[in-house]
Amino acid sequence: MPGAGAVRAIRDRMRAVSNTAKVTRAMELVAASKMRRAQDRALQSRPYAERMRAVLAQLSGYTVGADPDELNPLLQQRTVKHFAIIHITADRGLAGGLNTNMNRAAASLVLEHQPNVESVSVLPVGRKGRDFFRRSGFPIIAEFTNLGDFPSSTDVFPIARIVIDDYIRGELDQVYVAYQQFVNAAVQRPVLRQILPVQAPEGAEARGTDFIFEPSPAQLLETLLPRYVEMQIYEAVLEARASEQSARMVAMRQATDAADEMVSELTLTYNKARQEMITSELLDIVGGTAALNA
Amino acid sequence: MPLTLSIVTADRTVLERDDVLRLVVPTTEGQITLLPSHAPLMASLSIGEMIVHVPDGPIPLAIHGGFIQIVRDDVSVLADAAEHADEIDEARAEAARERSRGRIEGRVPVEAGAVDILRAQLSLQRSLIRLRVRRRRSATGVPTMR
Repeated sequence: MPGAGAVRAIRDRMRAVSNTAKVTRAMELVAASKMRRAQDRALQSRPYAERMRAVLAQLSGYTVGADPDELNPLLQQRTVKHFAIIHITADRGLAGGLNTNMNRAAASLVLEHQPNVESVSVLPVGRKGRDFFRRSGFPIIAEFTNLGDFPSSTDVFPIARIVIDDYIRGELDQVYVAYQQFVNAAVQRPVLRQILPVQAPEGAEARGTDFIFEPSPAQLLETLLPRYVEMQIYEAVLEARASEQSARMVAMRQATDAADEMVSELTLTYNKARQEMITSELLDIVGGTAALNA
Repeated sequence: MPLTLSIVTADRTVLERDDVLRLVVPTTEGQITLLPSHAPLMASLSIGEMIVHVPDGPIPLAIHGGFIQIVRDDVSVLADAAEHADEIDEARAEAARERSRGRIEGRVPVEAGAVDILRAQLSLQRSLIRLRVRRRRSATGVPTMR
């Protein structure tokens, strides 16, 4: 038989859960608005990415068949001894399985490469991935955390600088980037993509047009290829940020729904308990009166 | 037939026009002027001033390196950074000019390892271009378009 204490406990719990629902609802709204802004950023960088791909596809057509030794170092395939992954995650959690899935996907890529190479290192972007790889004890080349929700190209380009320099010095032979691709507001997909050595984009109408090059195609490639690597990393970061906000939005909506459901169940229990308490009090009174009258 | 032009950076589209009559571009090999029916060209850009001539007048921009391609009257500029004249903060550009001049001439102390002469020279070049573009805008008074 529930006493007044039990009834109060249920009421306190209802209040706590509905406060939680208020918080998660607010977080959902914040994430939704940040998601739109992050998507917008990704969209704004797209014309540059598209034109860069088109130009590079055309330009690399002019170096096909060149002596491999004269090929731009960023295009040269080498035996992979030193493998690295740029691992992009969120700085914060409360985003459902987003970070866990990303960590798992990156870890399986790393474990797959590990037996075949001398060294595997990680360049984490985002605290969640950094903590994960730090715990698993992989060497960390450099870490980038607190880039914010809307990083600009100047925040991200230093990442490219590091891997390009290491690659040219021969300290790295192959570099992947790992990030959550934004498919739509409800779906994010972990993507693992090689960025070094550069794989020239497809669709080359190679040598279709008779270009004038100023300076030579090789020199133009030398300026363009690093930009291409920078752009790909920037693109990955923007996608990852949009994914983060959308995953958080969905997770918070689910939390809000769960909390609302819990409140309605608690309300039922509460009413039932209160009713039982009243009934038992009535019975006491009735019993007491009956005893007096007897 | 006028040229179509888009100037894009990694962060945004800076300018998009389809009525360009003439285009003055700073390439690493020197300043060139592009007119409609130009032969296909790929060139790298230096830090400099770019002037886009459209029917309502010239649009000056500061370009900080990058790449240009022209094919069939379609011009793509992939700029490392690009600014319209009215986006340039004159006071800030002037401060940057003074700072980098000071560093080059040894008047302003150079923080150990943080800044070298090459960087100061590049920064000086950028601030000079910004000032020139900014002042051209105030001289002609032609509205720029984004």
